[in-house]
Parts: sequence; C-alpha cells; structure tokens
Amino acid sequence: MEGAGLVPDMAGLEDGAPLFVQIAERLADEIADGSLAEGERVPSTNELAAYYRINPATAAKGIGMLTDEGLVEKRRGIGMFVAGGARARLLAERRKRFAERFVEPLVAEASRLGINADELTGMIRESSYTQKGTRP
Amino acid sequence: MTPAISVAGLTRRYRGQLALDQVSFDIEPGSITGLLGRNGAGKTTLLRIIAGQEFPSAGSLTVLGAAPTTDDHLLSRMVFIREDQLYPQYGGRFTARHTLRAASWFYPNWDADLAFALAADFGLPLNRRVMRLSRGMRSALGIVVGLAARADVTLFDEPYAGLDPVARQMFYDRLLADYAEHPRTVLLSTHLIDEAAGLLERVLVIDRGTIILDAAADDVRGAATSVSGTVIAVQEFTAGRTVWDRRRVGSQESAVVAGALDDTDRARATALHLHLEPLSLQQVVVHTASATAVSQPGMHTPERTSA
Repeated sequence: MEGAGLVPDMAGLEDGAPLFVQIAERLADEIADGSLAEGERVPSTNELAAYYRINPATAAKGIGMLTDEGLVEKRRGIGMFVAGGARARLLAERRKRFAERFVEPLVAEASRLGINADELTGMIRESSYTQKGTRP
Repeated sequence: MTPAISVAGLTRRYRGQLALDQVSFDIEPGSITGLLGRNGAGKTTLLRIIAGQEFPSAGSLTVLGAAPTTDDHLLSRMVFIREDQLYPQYGGRFTARHTLRAASWFYPNWDADLAFALAADFGLPLNRRVMRLSRGMRSALGIVVGLAARADVTLFDEPYAGLDPVARQMFYDRLLADYAEHPRTVLLSTHLIDEAAGLLERVLVIDRGTIILDAAADDVRGAATSVSGTVIAVQEFTAGRTVWDRRRVGSQESAVVAGALDDTDRARATALHLHLEPLSLQQVVVHTASATAVSQPGMHTPERTSA
C-alpha cells in the first residue's frame, strides 16, 4: 500500500556507522584535500542537515568533533571556519596512519599471493606512472 | 532542564491484556525521537496517553511539566497526528481548507504560509470535502496540520498511510527543514525505520508493551556487524563473542556479532578472508526486537545462539 520501501539518499552517508563521525570525516577530508581552505566558512549545521538529510544535532556533533581537535573555530555571530594550520596537521596525522592502514594490508595480501617485495615495488612504480605520469 | 515528556511506570491494561507494561523514559526538549516497534507493540496506546486522549491504568506522566489529562492549556502546545486521522466533518461539508482554518485558531504558533506551501507541495485539494479525500490526501492534511502547528510537542503516529515514497520523502525533508528553523520536541512512531533513520537523534524501541531499547541513534548504528565467510573462519572469529544470529549454507556461514569492532578485529577478519558489514539502525532494531528476553536500556541483548 505504501509502495516500495524508500531508501533515503543521504549523499553517501552509510547507516552502519555513527553519522556524526561520518560528518566529521567528510569535513576533515575536504580540509585535507584543500577543497575547504583555511579561513573558509564551514557549512552550518542546518545546511549539512538539509544536504545529508540528517538531524541538525547530529551535524552539530560532527562539527563539534572538529572543534575539539582545533581544526575548525567559531567566529561569534558568523559561523564556523577552518582554523589556520588545520590542513598541515591533518596531513601529518594521515601520513602517520598511512602505513598501518594501507601499506601493512597491502604487504599482507601481496605475500598471500606470492608477490615478493621487488615485484610489489615494481607494481607500485608502474601504477604511479599510469595514474599521474610522474616519477614516484 | 525539565523533560518535554516524562513517563514513569506507565501501564495500560485492556480487560486483563497488558498494552503497556511499566514504561519509563524522559525526552529532552528540542529533539527528534523515533518510537519504533512492530504493529501492535503499543506505540499508538503510548502516544494516545501522552496526548491526553487516554488514561493510563498505572504510572505517571508529564508533558511540558504538566499532566495532559488535566491541563487544558497544554492541549494547544501539543499536536497529535495519527494514522487515518478523523477530522470534524459537520455533515460532510467540512473542506480541507476549513480544517486548516480551524487549526489556525487552535494552535498559537500556527504558520499559515507554511500550511499553504505544504498543501501545495503535497497537491492537497483544499476545496475538497475532507470525507472525499483519498487516504493519502488525508495523511497529507494531517502532516500539514502537524508541521504548521509548530507545537512545542509534536506527536506523529505513522502519519504516512497511503502516501507514496515521493510524498513520504517530502514529509521527511519538510519536517527536517522546519525543525531546523524552529526546534521543538518531535516523537515520531514508525515501522519504516530505514526511511526515517537519519532524522532520529534517539530511538525508543517498544515490543509487547515494554521498552526494549532506549539509546542514541548513533550508538545503535554499527553496534552489531554481520560477519560472513567459510564456516571455519566465522567460527574462529566469533568464538567468545555475543552472536545474535547465525545462518549457514554449504561451507559458508554468516553471523551477526554484537559490539563494536576495533582495528585489531578488522585486521583479523581480513586475515581470515571474512566479509564485514556493519548493521544499519533498522537491522539492529529488528535483531533487538526479535530477541526473546528483555534487555536493559542500552545496547545489551541476550545471546540467542552459541558456537
């Protein structure tokens, strides 16, 4: 009677993990890749709520995580802005996590498939050429 | 802060049948809470009591600090929209427009512009007699009244009967937009959990008259994970964990594991070639509701199968 079940389009958010954490991650990604530049205004909780179809309190909690980490700061009466040095701090943190999140699983899978270290480095070099045309 | 809705030990008996059994919770002002549960679980009875349309057999409740059945002033600060709402029809001549006008006299925060904008969005024929409206249009009329009333306490009881998915999405979007501008306390009962999941700050799950889960929606998301792979690998991974459900076909097994997984768990799952899929809010609620024993508030659900 109500027709097919409706799967709401939450602009890529997933229902299997806390939404406020995903909001914080999305914004941090934008800061890290420079699409939200330092000193730029961060979308308001109501803008985020309407875009992602989530409760404004959830959006506020996501922004709150970034405030706690000093990545965004409040300017009274105007809104939230990306803090100075936020991008550099995020990139430093992510470089540190890079090995455990990507290199270790990569090496583990490679050894499972019998790919040795030389072959693996060769593959990385090749992939880097085709992706960017630059020397690794 | 005084809770917007406070319920303690609420019990409702119908001829020896327990419709509500010792229901207790507080709802803070300015939040959207989902009242979730299967048909017949007690959602409507609970909402009717909160709205002052029914007396409890035992227990106490306050809405905005007052008792709904004795405080007349409270009624204009609270709107209750139920499935298949019946409106006064005055010999069948009452139109949708009359309904909106009557509501504008009753609710002090009524926003007529919003009401007409919403009516246009839903394609509501304002000059048609209410008794001649389709089921979906009656639901739309209820939604318009429920949102334009801007009542401090807004109760929706499955307000979408006969509405197609497009109209239901419009309801959720408009509710969210108006709530963002005019925060109030919203209690929305629904069994279409996936649809409303993003809107909810908190969930109350009711089953057979008892609250079986009372938690922040974001604490429920990913509170359980589906683990699938070979029987041997799944058995190894799930040993010593709380398993809510297990299914098997041939050499493959899929198990639902309670509790959040950390990076070590994930690394181990990868090594065992297991596929992990965190459960959605709706999936966790379904598992919680189908567990037999009653859990405490929070994310505790008894183990039903063992390795």
